[in-house]
Amino acid sequence: MKTFNYLRATDVDVALQRIAVEPGARFLGGGTNLVDLMREGIEAPETLIDITRLPLDGIEELPDGGLRIGALVRNSDLAAHPVVRGRYPFLSQAILLGATGQIRNMATVGGNLLQRTRCLYFYDEASACNKREPGAGCAAREGFNRGNAVLGTSDACVATHPSDMAVALAAIDAVVEVRSSRGTRHIPLTEFHLLPGTTPHLESQLESDELITAVELPPLPVAAHSYYRKVRDRASYAFALVSVAAALDFGADGRIADVRLALGGVATKPWRARTAEQLLLGAAASEDSFATAAAAELAAAVPLPGNAFKIDLACRTVVAVLRRLTTERSGS
Amino acid sequence: MRLNCTVNGEARQADDVWAGESLLYVLRERLGLPGSKNACEQGECGSCTVYMDGTPVCACLVAAGQAEGRDVVTVEGIADGPVQQAFLAAGAVQCGFCTPGLVVAVHDLLARDSAPTDPEIREALAGNLCRCTGYEKILDAVRLAVQR
Repeated sequence: MKTFNYLRATDVDVALQRIAVEPGARFLGGGTNLVDLMREGIEAPETLIDITRLPLDGIEELPDGGLRIGALVRNSDLAAHPVVRGRYPFLSQAILLGATGQIRNMATVGGNLLQRTRCLYFYDEASACNKREPGAGCAAREGFNRGNAVLGTSDACVATHPSDMAVALAAIDAVVEVRSSRGTRHIPLTEFHLLPGTTPHLESQLESDELITAVELPPLPVAAHSYYRKVRDRASYAFALVSVAAALDFGADGRIADVRLALGGVATKPWRARTAEQLLLGAAASEDSFATAAAAELAAAVPLPGNAFKIDLACRTVVAVLRRLTTERSGS
Repeated sequence: MRLNCTVNGEARQADDVWAGESLLYVLRERLGLPGSKNACEQGECGSCTVYMDGTPVCACLVAAGQAEGRDVVTVEGIADGPVQQAFLAAGAVQCGFCTPGLVVAVHDLLARDSAPTDPEIREALAGNLCRCTGYEKILDAVRLAVQR
């Protein structure tokens, strides 16, 4: 690992002033991804600004029923928070299905959003990767691409966004608060991550001098009836082949009155399934309507030889999760 | 830099520390506590699990500078507890490299849940890899520690 300078920030404004004048610096939170990338030689910042002592580790209930989550809240603490468990259960489930206890104890909310893909070829310096080295090519296309994306891909990149938490946040319409010495911005989570296009090395709207300070959840009654399912090659400690975050509620007429649906493991960013949502809204809850909506969402999928199975698997997982939520509601 | 932290209940200092070296390196090479093991250096294997401010973390991913003023408990600090004895009694040790991390992880599990089910034990230990694949005896050891 390349030697770097270490600075400990105790004040948000001072940290922001520092990074504004030192573009080669990076913020260090839980370190569960960045430190690994530095050891692998994929990232080599000249300076790390340790932000773990900044006062951004609170979870605050908002007057409108929403929740404000500090960027340094640990994944474990967010998953265990009673308001998250009660009002946004699929967010808690998504977090607990990611990583391991030790890593969730370290990883922060802001860092989770900024974690890099686990595409095998991104991590292998001997392989071509447009994300790691723009213009180098993409070894995943011709390689072992079982884990790669089918939605939101481009000729340049088929890497998935690995987060589970962010999939639930996409379904919730969470808002990311970012600050720099130039001011504060609020970015919808669904717009925070960028599609790879021809520039897969650009992964989010965050500028190099900006710090994620909080994630805000809007009040969302339908989220109380939600579920996150993760399908993977082993039962624990593996990234998703397919994951589904869904929330569902019915009107007095028995039809779907509100629905939120997002997919993980299949796309280059946390994938809000708006096409499926539009088809489901107002529809009767049935296997047919669920399957039709799922198929419409996956119609845009572009499979590779190793990951074509994900299209059918995603459709079946969407149907299974919506069926489960329907059964829960009719039983309550 | 000089690093100050509490380790196993004792105030400790280490001099000439590079703030960017890992807490694991500080513990093993500077403070003479080799119980925590250095294996994957990626946070994947859990061999370096220690408590920091009461929470189990991978010491290989914590920068020394981040440990300043923190309260660290290593496997040496819980050596008198029932978990290590249960591992011995159950024969849950093969090469032994994963054992210290597992002892800390099980210690934490039992502090949170005095009667975990088998699936709960498996999930709680998902971050501790045994390259000898001796998981059955490790599960026996956890069940034994629960009984005791």
